[in-house]
Amino acid sequence: MTQQIWLIARRSIVRTFRQPGTWIPPLTFPLMLMAVNSNGLRAATHLPGFPTDSFLAFFLPFSFLQGALFASGIAGVDLARDIDTGFLNRLALTPVRGSALLIGQIGGAVGLGALQACVYLGVGLAFGVHIDTGVAGAFLILLLAVLIATGWGTLGLWLALRTGSSEGVQSQFPLLFFATFISSMNLPRNLIEVTWFRDVATINPVSYMIEGLRSLVISGWDAQALLLGFGFTLAMIAVSLGLAGRQLKVRMART
Amino acid sequence: MDVALGLAHRQITVLFKNPSLFIPPMLFPLMNFMAFAGGLSRLRHVPGFDFHGGYTAFQFVFVLLQSAAFGGVFAGFGIARDFERGFARRLLVSAPQRSGIIAGYAIAALVRWAMIAVVLTTVGLIAGMKIGGNGVDLFGMYGLAIIFNQVGLLWACGVAMRFRSVQAGPLMQTPVFMVLFLAPVYVPLDLLSGWIHAVARLNPLTFILESGRGFIQGEPTQVALAFGLAAALFVVFAVWARTGLRAAESSG
Repeated sequence: MTQQIWLIARRSIVRTFRQPGTWIPPLTFPLMLMAVNSNGLRAATHLPGFPTDSFLAFFLPFSFLQGALFASGIAGVDLARDIDTGFLNRLALTPVRGSALLIGQIGGAVGLGALQACVYLGVGLAFGVHIDTGVAGAFLILLLAVLIATGWGTLGLWLALRTGSSEGVQSQFPLLFFATFISSMNLPRNLIEVTWFRDVATINPVSYMIEGLRSLVISGWDAQALLLGFGFTLAMIAVSLGLAGRQLKVRMART
Repeated sequence: MDVALGLAHRQITVLFKNPSLFIPPMLFPLMNFMAFAGGLSRLRHVPGFDFHGGYTAFQFVFVLLQSAAFGGVFAGFGIARDFERGFARRLLVSAPQRSGIIAGYAIAALVRWAMIAVVLTTVGLIAGMKIGGNGVDLFGMYGLAIIFNQVGLLWACGVAMRFRSVQAGPLMQTPVFMVLFLAPVYVPLDLLSGWIHAVARLNPLTFILESGRGFIQGEPTQVALAFGLAAALFVVFAVWARTGLRAAESSG
């Protein structure tokens, strides 16, 4: 099983990093948005109750999440291409187990997620972001960021297995993007003025993932934020894996 | 003119038959509008925020211009696709007046964006957007957006005709995205600081955006400058598109 996971994960990682067009835009786009938004929204730090005087520190966690969102696209599109080219069918004739296939397939997304997390954290530190929880907090940020990338990557796998086409995966991208936008990405929830937006942001798990990361950067050790952040992330991985596993069985049965 | 109208008719028909081509460009500005106007409205309480028309109207103008520009860019994807599939080459062979090809794509981009603008305006009004300007002001605001839509199309058209591949998509989108977000998107120009303030002051879109915001709150500002810049951009990118067409012609 471990050997099977490793072989498929290695293929996924090599496949992702072999094509610069696959990993450079997902790596750089969140950095561009971070540069623009952290300056364009700096005035928000003047609002009474804003938790920090550095909007870059406040916004940095969103970059991890946005990078993870791109990772979901990569994992999904890669698997959809495998379905399209018949690779998945050929794999089905081998003794590879379904769970090994799923876990291995997100290797590329997890690898990219880890690279993104290191780059974003490094850029943040280089531009003066102070991590309130210190070195231990920085490692926890990297761990949570990689888990978030895994969660979104697994969601991408489910979408690929459900739709069976890369166009199908890509067409879901705006919806996932929307889910990240209707969250506490730009302002803390208590400062969101519009009631419906605040309510949606409150029930949106993305808010808690961002707030978990954010707490480590700007507000010190906050057990509740961390529990919610890790909890929702692990739940997302479990639910997406479950859905993808079920869909994989359906797809294998079809073929 | 026949070439332009025929091509525009074809592009619009293709659009309606493929919801996947039509819906994302419609959803993207709506999502941004909801996220910005809904999530950031508290910014109007920042000291120095001097726009009196409400934050929904403030963001509406940006999203309207964004949808206009991306409406043009998405139409550029269609041009690149037409080259990949060989349709554009057949068009080059058969069209008696080839500049009509650019005009046809431009008409289709305008019609496509007009539908998005109607939906966006309706959503804005439902969301309680305050309009302080009169009919003439609104005509000015939508006029600027129309020119910007055509500028976006002409830019993307020039790229598409030079590269003749959908793979040039990021090259069409990224500069437009950067120009849009290097303007005063979330707060007025005076509230920006640091490098982004310096860049925004030189960004032509800043003047178009501020003029549009002036129109919607009924206090027109920098009108001649905004229209002059929009017209200049239109001329520059019309030349860019025309030379792109020439590159496509000479490529055989």
